[in-house]
Amino acid sequence: MFMILGYPAPLMFGQLLLGLINGAFYALLSLGLAVIFGMLNIVNFAHGAFFMLGAFVAWGLLEFLGVNYWFALLLAPVIVGIFGILLEKTLISRLYKLDHLYGLLLTFGMALIIEGLARNQFGSSGMPYRIPAILQGATNVGFMFLPNYRAWVVVASAIMCLVTWLIIEKTSIGATLRAATENAPLVQAFGINVPRMITLTYAGGVALAAFAGVLAAPIYSVNPNMGANFIITVFAVVVIGGMGSILGSIVTGFGLGIVEGLTKVFYPQGSATVIFVVMVIVLLVRPAGLFGKAA
Amino acid sequence: MFGFSRPQATAFAVMLAAIIVAPFVLYPVFLMKVLCFALFACAFNLLIGYVGLLSFGHAAYFGMGGYAAGYAAKAWGWSPELAILFGTLAGGLLGTVFGWIAIRRQGIYFAMITLALGQMAYFFCLQAPFTGGEDGIQQIPRGNLFGVFSMQSDMAMYALVAVIFLFGFLLVHRIVHSPFGQILKAIRENEPRATSLGYRTDSYKLVAFIISCALAGLAGGTKSLVFGIATLTDVHNAMSGEVVLMTLLGGLGTIFGPVMGALISTSMENYLAQAGAWVTVIQGVIFVTCVIAFRKGVLGVLAEKLKITL
Repeated sequence: MFMILGYPAPLMFGQLLLGLINGAFYALLSLGLAVIFGMLNIVNFAHGAFFMLGAFVAWGLLEFLGVNYWFALLLAPVIVGIFGILLEKTLISRLYKLDHLYGLLLTFGMALIIEGLARNQFGSSGMPYRIPAILQGATNVGFMFLPNYRAWVVVASAIMCLVTWLIIEKTSIGATLRAATENAPLVQAFGINVPRMITLTYAGGVALAAFAGVLAAPIYSVNPNMGANFIITVFAVVVIGGMGSILGSIVTGFGLGIVEGLTKVFYPQGSATVIFVVMVIVLLVRPAGLFGKAA
Repeated sequence: MFGFSRPQATAFAVMLAAIIVAPFVLYPVFLMKVLCFALFACAFNLLIGYVGLLSFGHAAYFGMGGYAAGYAAKAWGWSPELAILFGTLAGGLLGTVFGWIAIRRQGIYFAMITLALGQMAYFFCLQAPFTGGEDGIQQIPRGNLFGVFSMQSDMAMYALVAVIFLFGFLLVHRIVHSPFGQILKAIRENEPRATSLGYRTDSYKLVAFIISCALAGLAGGTKSLVFGIATLTDVHNAMSGEVVLMTLLGGLGTIFGPVMGALISTSMENYLAQAGAWVTVIQGVIFVTCVIAFRKGVLGVLAEKLKITL
């Protein structure tokens, strides 16, 4: 067994992988938050609740309908996305003319309702979700045993982030979206249905959270609190990265996951707070965030 | 008196009478809980209602005040007034540091930063040696006020809590109606314009933030002496959500609203204690209802109906 800086390499790589996985979730969640914020001017506090719902929908599909993981990975984001459309149409759309703070408070209330109902129905202990057969086991990559599923999570979320980035930056839909983010009335004047676009953007962001939730289901047990624990850290990630840039959210998410993983090796007590400490440092040095534009 | 308008003076008289009569009718410990939360909500309202700053991590200062007062009273044997003062100081100090960091960003970012800092404070309290971790600080003695008057009886303690609450309430009212408070309101309405008029808005915001955190610490410290216990519940972000709920429900930016909100919210929790997780759902429903249809809150709507300010 060889050592890195006095720590056994398998421990190091193991934590690094865990960090990457957390980073993958940070990236997917903060990406969704950034897209929604850009278009709706709302910080979606319910994002963690949608992440949790994604995991629950996947679990329910398997438990009651026998739908396997791969279909759940497609279906759960769609189902949660439709739920998001309903919420946007009935509640969130009433707030666009008001102060941002009301959007935060409304989505906070929505998160309380969704998580409270889930806790009533399923209790606080988690339910297991089996890793799909093809991804069970681990591969010996020489310096460590790499659990196949965990490798898949990192790859899948990286691909998803990349696809989202490509859609927003390189397609005509993305161009319209970016234009509407800059100046919605002007885009509307060109005959584009902006309210529908806003609704679909919200659904898209929420679906990203649900996708992350399905990925997370086999790793963490499926439980009502899984999103609430994540969302505050994701807020810190968003503050560090700044919500202005899509690529920035992705890079910051993965980067901070790795930082957190390394902290678990070198200073385990600090692993819960390290992201917040990074946030404080970034605020002191570069208040607009690493990729943010000065507001 | 204290710059109250006539309706406000009437409302204050009603509140004062209620505070005096209530302990003979209702359970004093419950009333003390209401008063502690009411003070906490007033402190929070000073920021959201009059400066327009949404601090989403206010439990940190409330809880830290509780731990500081509890530790001083138990480990050092300080008398209650000193212990509570120490709690106030702890809330104010933590607020100075966190506020100094958080005011670098405006609006929605400010809310997210204070939330994240609050979570950091929670993890700190979970691990720090003086807080007792999951157990919290238990069996905090109420002690003797000024080393003389025993606070063991609930009535004696109630009198102290009532005085502390009234002090905090009147202080917030005084601040809001001072020239300093007028500038805070100017910042709330239009920060760039306040800046262009030559005010250092960041300093004003920071001072308001520190005062609010110190008052939150005062409320938390008092609460820990009342119940003889300081735990992680009081630093948890759910508590931050609760104080937002109280203030929103009662009426943002009204002097009496937070008190009303604290009364409703605490009573609700008391009567729904056996409902378990439904409390969270109900709180969520109240949030959604308030934001969608009831943004002025109970007293805001009442004041509008009666065409007065409360």
